[in-house]
Amino acid sequence: MKPGAPVLLTLVVVGAVVVGLQSGATWLAPSEVIAGLSDPLAPGAAIVRGLRLPRVLLAFLVGGSLAVTGAALQALVRNPLADPYLLGISGGAGLGAVIAMALGLGGVFAVPLAAFAGALAAVALVYRLSAVGGRPLDTNVLLLSGVVIGAFTGAVMSGILAVSDASQLRSAVNWLLGGFGSAGWSTVLAFAAYAALPLALLWSTGRALDLLTLGDEPALHLGADVERTKRIAYFCASLLTAASVAACGIVGFVGLVVPHAIRRVATPLHRGLLPMAFLAGGSFLVLADAVARTVVRPIELPVGVVTALVGVPVFAALLRKSLR
Amino acid sequence: MILEAAGVVVRYPGATDDALAGVSLALGAGEIVSVVGPNGGGKSTLLRALLGIQPLRAGQVRLLDRDLAAWSRAEVAQQVGVVVQQEEPAPGLRVTDAVLFGRYARLSPLAAPSAADHAAVHRALERADVVHLRDRFVTQLSGGEWQRVRLARALAQEPRALVLDEPTSALDVRHEMELFELVAALRAEGLGCLVITHRLNLAARYADRLVLLHRGRVVAEGTPTGVLVRERLSDVFEWPVAVTTWCDGAPQVVPLRPGEEQQSAAGPRPQEPESK
Repeated sequence: MKPGAPVLLTLVVVGAVVVGLQSGATWLAPSEVIAGLSDPLAPGAAIVRGLRLPRVLLAFLVGGSLAVTGAALQALVRNPLADPYLLGISGGAGLGAVIAMALGLGGVFAVPLAAFAGALAAVALVYRLSAVGGRPLDTNVLLLSGVVIGAFTGAVMSGILAVSDASQLRSAVNWLLGGFGSAGWSTVLAFAAYAALPLALLWSTGRALDLLTLGDEPALHLGADVERTKRIAYFCASLLTAASVAACGIVGFVGLVVPHAIRRVATPLHRGLLPMAFLAGGSFLVLADAVARTVVRPIELPVGVVTALVGVPVFAALLRKSLR
Repeated sequence: MILEAAGVVVRYPGATDDALAGVSLALGAGEIVSVVGPNGGGKSTLLRALLGIQPLRAGQVRLLDRDLAAWSRAEVAQQVGVVVQQEEPAPGLRVTDAVLFGRYARLSPLAAPSAADHAAVHRALERADVVHLRDRFVTQLSGGEWQRVRLARALAQEPRALVLDEPTSALDVRHEMELFELVAALRAEGLGCLVITHRLNLAARYADRLVLLHRGRVVAEGTPTGVLVRERLSDVFEWPVAVTTWCDGAPQVVPLRPGEEQQSAAGPRPQEPESK
């Protein structure tokens, strides 16, 4: 690991959180943010504590989870282009959530659970599509299957929304486009509760993920329990993607951009990569959300628009590099 | 015996013939055993069976006198280091980290690598003569350098046995000889080395025993002189060959061109007929 990387990352995290707390319908100076955080009676305290802090925290947790998921998936499929969005897992989770909403199942549990079921189904389907005799043919075929499943889930979601009644439609569409507008403390706590276990599990398989990047056979010979590691990692990736989609809709490319950057500036070893990707992914999504809220104020852009505007060029660059 | 296969039968799903039809093989400490034979003869399948990643239809593989199925992958990796035929270098990985992967099977899940682990990595880098490459990215290495780094990684496992699958197929003469010399030195230190190779002549000079595998069966096993017999090789490889003797006494196989058969039979050094 390069020596300056943790210091740099700490600065990025602090900077992103401060900017996230500053931005919104009214722009707060850094001093107002600090006052609002430290003194409950300060003029900006209600905005900072009640509205912006939960929003920033949720964006941070979701961004971190998506980045960790992307890093793990890239090790699993041995391809830097893997990401929960491109592998169709987000789409599966989204479809599960839309079905739950269309059936009128609400609440803290139903939507994330339906999203989780959808995510697992998408993983299984993508894997099935790209494998012959239980062995995946080629990671590019796997990605292509993911894109196809993503397109399919998108079409079914549109179909369901088209036949839904107007009020349901509006709330589902708002949620689906992705955003943290409705973030509150209960969402933050619920998300943290869902995400803690899979994040810890993924970190604990970090060394096995290192070995998996070499390929299944070399990993086996170096002592990795390949099948078990894959099961754990796909399970955790599905859980984290589902929790993210349930919390803020479909946000793509965080899992693509962030691990790539961390591998380059810090380390490719997962015991370091995963925590750093979490911090950097959190910062990235907080900043993306700050941009989404302010760039065409008073209208809020869906945060997925911002991440895609950053992510697609990165994807294109990685693709060019992988073709060379 | 370190690694021992007894009556191993493997049949791939959907196949009508056995890929391995009752193969037995033993690898002890301080010896080089080389598995040779034509393409498709079952060499790679045998390797996979010996390493416990190929389900057996019948027979048994034992590691240190215990059924291989009773070992965890991490336990196997502490005893046997493997260099597979082909492995793409992973992008972004430096040589030191790649060799440290050889220690993973010995690390407890939460502990960081100890000084002893780093020392083992350094010894392995020295042994494989890649210390000077330690800070390079593995994607920047030449084929020969990458091969030696993978060997260093296997040595960092501090195994009792090494299994090498076509270790020199991409190497030029110098790197090939350096690798075989290193294997010979490791044997002298007590390692058991199983080498799968198409290089009959190098196998003849370095291996203590040869195993000739053809159509899933062991056609011959024993000293290089006992196994590398003209009629047998011509038969198994379906190509006429002559067998001569190098000055160190090792048999050397020369594939013949059409029309050379008679000539070589009457040549200056015809080989005595050998029995197995």
